[in-house]
Amino acid sequence: MAEQFTATPPALELGRFGRFGGRYVPETLIAALDELAAAYDEARRDEGFFAEFDALLRDYVGRPTPLYRAARLGEAAGGITVYLKREDLNHTGAHKINNALAQILLARRMGKRRIIAETGAGQHGVATATVCALFGLDCVVYMGAEDARRQALNVFRMELLGAQVRVVESGSRTLKDATNEAIRDWVTNVGDTHYIIGSVVGPDPYPRMVRDFQSVIGREARAQILGAEGRLPAAVVACVGGGSNAMGIFHAFIPDEEVRLVGVEAAGAGIESGRHAATLAAGRPGVLHGSLSFLLQDDAGQVAEAHSISAGLDYPGVGPEHAYLRESGRAEYVSVTDEEALDAFRELARTEGIIPALESAHAVAYVLREGRRWRDSGPVVICLSGRGDKDVAQVAEAYGPGGPEVGG
Amino acid sequence: MASASPIMSPERKSGRIGERFARCAARGAGALVTYVTAGYPAPADTLDVLLRVAEAGADVIEFGIPFSDPLADGPTIQRASHRAIAAGATLAGSLEALAEFRAHADTPVVVFTYLNPLLAYGVERFIRDSHAAGADGVLLTDLPVGGDVALERAFEESPLDLVRLLAPTTPPDRAARIAARSRGFLYYISRTGVTGATDTLRAEIGREIDAIRPHAAAPIAVGFGISTPAQAVEAARAADGVVVGSALIDALDRGGTSGLVEFVGSLRKALDAAQR
Repeated sequence: MAEQFTATPPALELGRFGRFGGRYVPETLIAALDELAAAYDEARRDEGFFAEFDALLRDYVGRPTPLYRAARLGEAAGGITVYLKREDLNHTGAHKINNALAQILLARRMGKRRIIAETGAGQHGVATATVCALFGLDCVVYMGAEDARRQALNVFRMELLGAQVRVVESGSRTLKDATNEAIRDWVTNVGDTHYIIGSVVGPDPYPRMVRDFQSVIGREARAQILGAEGRLPAAVVACVGGGSNAMGIFHAFIPDEEVRLVGVEAAGAGIESGRHAATLAAGRPGVLHGSLSFLLQDDAGQVAEAHSISAGLDYPGVGPEHAYLRESGRAEYVSVTDEEALDAFRELARTEGIIPALESAHAVAYVLREGRRWRDSGPVVICLSGRGDKDVAQVAEAYGPGGPEVGG
Repeated sequence: MASASPIMSPERKSGRIGERFARCAARGAGALVTYVTAGYPAPADTLDVLLRVAEAGADVIEFGIPFSDPLADGPTIQRASHRAIAAGATLAGSLEALAEFRAHADTPVVVFTYLNPLLAYGVERFIRDSHAAGADGVLLTDLPVGGDVALERAFEESPLDLVRLLAPTTPPDRAARIAARSRGFLYYISRTGVTGATDTLRAEIGREIDAIRPHAAAPIAVGFGISTPAQAVEAARAADGVVVGSALIDALDRGGTSGLVEFVGSLRKALDAAQR
C-alpha cells in the first residue's frame, strides 16, 4: 500500500508548497529534521511500515470510519444530500490518532525513547498519550493554561494514560504557546526525543508527513462516496485550525477539479471584531513555528492572539499547504462565528443524534448556512473530525443556566 | 587565543566586528559579546543601556529586537521580550535608538532577532535602515544556513555581516559549510537547548571548536548558558570570544543599570586578566 503515500506534493522544491513551508528553525534542530525526513522517506518505501500502520488503523483505531448519509441534517441545510465522514468514531474520538500512530512507529524506527507533543483541544494530546501507552514510551504533553481549563476532561484523560501534562502559562496560554514550549523542549532534548506535531504545521517534513498520515481520511471518503452515489461530491468541507483533518480529507480529491474543497476557519466573535482565528481570511504571510505561511500578526510582525470558542482552532497560524491551496485557488477558505458553531453543535445533536466536536461544528455550520447552493450540483461531504464529549461542559457554560433553548 | 586570528574571506573586507575581534586577539584577550533586549525595561531606556554596556567594556553588542514568540530563548529573554513589546518596543524605534547610540560610540552592533519582525518591516528596508542606523551585522535565530536562499542572498549581498549559528548537533560537513559562510563572527551554541544560564560548560567544546576552526571565515564566539566571569574565561579559552545574554538581563533586573554596568565590567576584567 506504499503507493498511497507517494503522491508528489504540489511543491517546487522539497519542503515547499509554492513559496510556503520551509524550515525556519534554530540550527540545533536541523540535524533532527534531516533524521526525521530520512526516516520518513525510508518508511514510505517500506511495505512493512505500512503493513503495521494499516493493521493498527484497522484493529486498534477502528478504520475505515463510516461515511454516513445525514438525511435530517441535509433537510435542515436546505434539502441537500450531506454525508459525514465519521472521524469522531475513531478510537480516542478524533482523526488525531491516525497521525499519532504513524509518528510513533517512526519514532520507534529512529530509536527515540521519549515523546513530546503540543495540544490545543486536547485531542492530539490524548492521541499521543494513547500511542505512548500502547508502545510504552515516555510522554510529555504541553498544553496552554487556558486550554487546560476549558478542556479539563482531556487533561485528566492524558494523565490517566500515563502522560505528563505540562501547563503553559506564557503568552496567550493556548495552542501557540504550547507549541513554543514543545519546540523549546525538543531543542533541549533532541537526542532522545521525538516531537509528534499534531497538525500540518511546523518545519519540513512535518506538513507533508502529517498530511500523508491523515490522507487515509480522503482516500476512504472518496471510495465511499463513489460507492454510495456513483459520483464525486460537489464539495468537501472541513474545519481548519492548523488544518490536518482538512488536508487529510482534501488530499485525495485535489486532482478532481470539479470537487470544491472548502476549509472553514473560526471567525470567533466575528472577523470585524478582531477576536477570531481566521488566519487565511485576515492574516498575512509570516514565519511561525518553523514554516512560512499565513499568520495573524500586527503591523510590527508580532504574532496576534487568536480567539475561538474551539480550543483546537484557536491558533494564529495555518498549515503552509493550505496557504498554497488558497493562493493557487484549488481550495477556498471561509469562516463561521462561535455563535454559528454553537448552533450547529446543537443542530447536529438534535437532527442526527451526533454531538460533534466544536471544531467540527464549524464545518457543519458552514453547510447549514451555505449548503443549499449545492442542491443541484451533488452531495456534500463534511469531515466530522471529532466527537463533542470533551466540549459538553464548555458548551453548557456558553449557553448559561437557561440551557440550550436559550439564545437559540 | 587557541590559534591565530582566522583569515577573512577575500571578497569581503573585515568590518567593524572583524576589526574588534582582531584588536582583542592582538592583545590576547577574548572578545566580549553582550546581548541586550531593545526596549527593555522600557523603550526610553534603550539608548542608556547600549551606552553603558559599551562603556563597561562590551566588544560587540547583540541588539535583540523583541519577538512575541522567541522559541530559541529561555524564560529570561522571553520575559524581557514580552515586557519590551508591552512597553511599546518596535523595530523602527529600536533602530532610532541605535542611530543615537552610533553618534556616541563605535562599538560594533549585531541586530539579533527572529525573521517575522523583519519580514513585516520589509527585508530591503531593514537592511537599508539598520545599516544607516549603524548596525554592523544581523543574526537571525530562525534562518538556518540553506533555509531560504533568496533571503540569505539579500543579507549576504548587503553591507551587514550575516552571523550564522552552529550547534553541537550540526554534522561535520554542514558545520564546515556554515563556518565558511558566517561573517562578522561565527556563533557556536555551547549546548542543545534554549538561551539561559547554566552551571557548567561542556568539556568537549574546545575540541569541537578546534575541529571547526580551519573552515571558519570569521572569529568564533561561544554562547548559550554563559553566566559568570569564570565561565566566560573558560569559553574564551576555547574560542575567540564569548556571548553573554540572559545573565545581563538578570543583572539589569537585580541591580538596574548600575548592576548591569558592574556585571559587564566583571566579565571584561576577567577576560582581560586571563589574557595570554
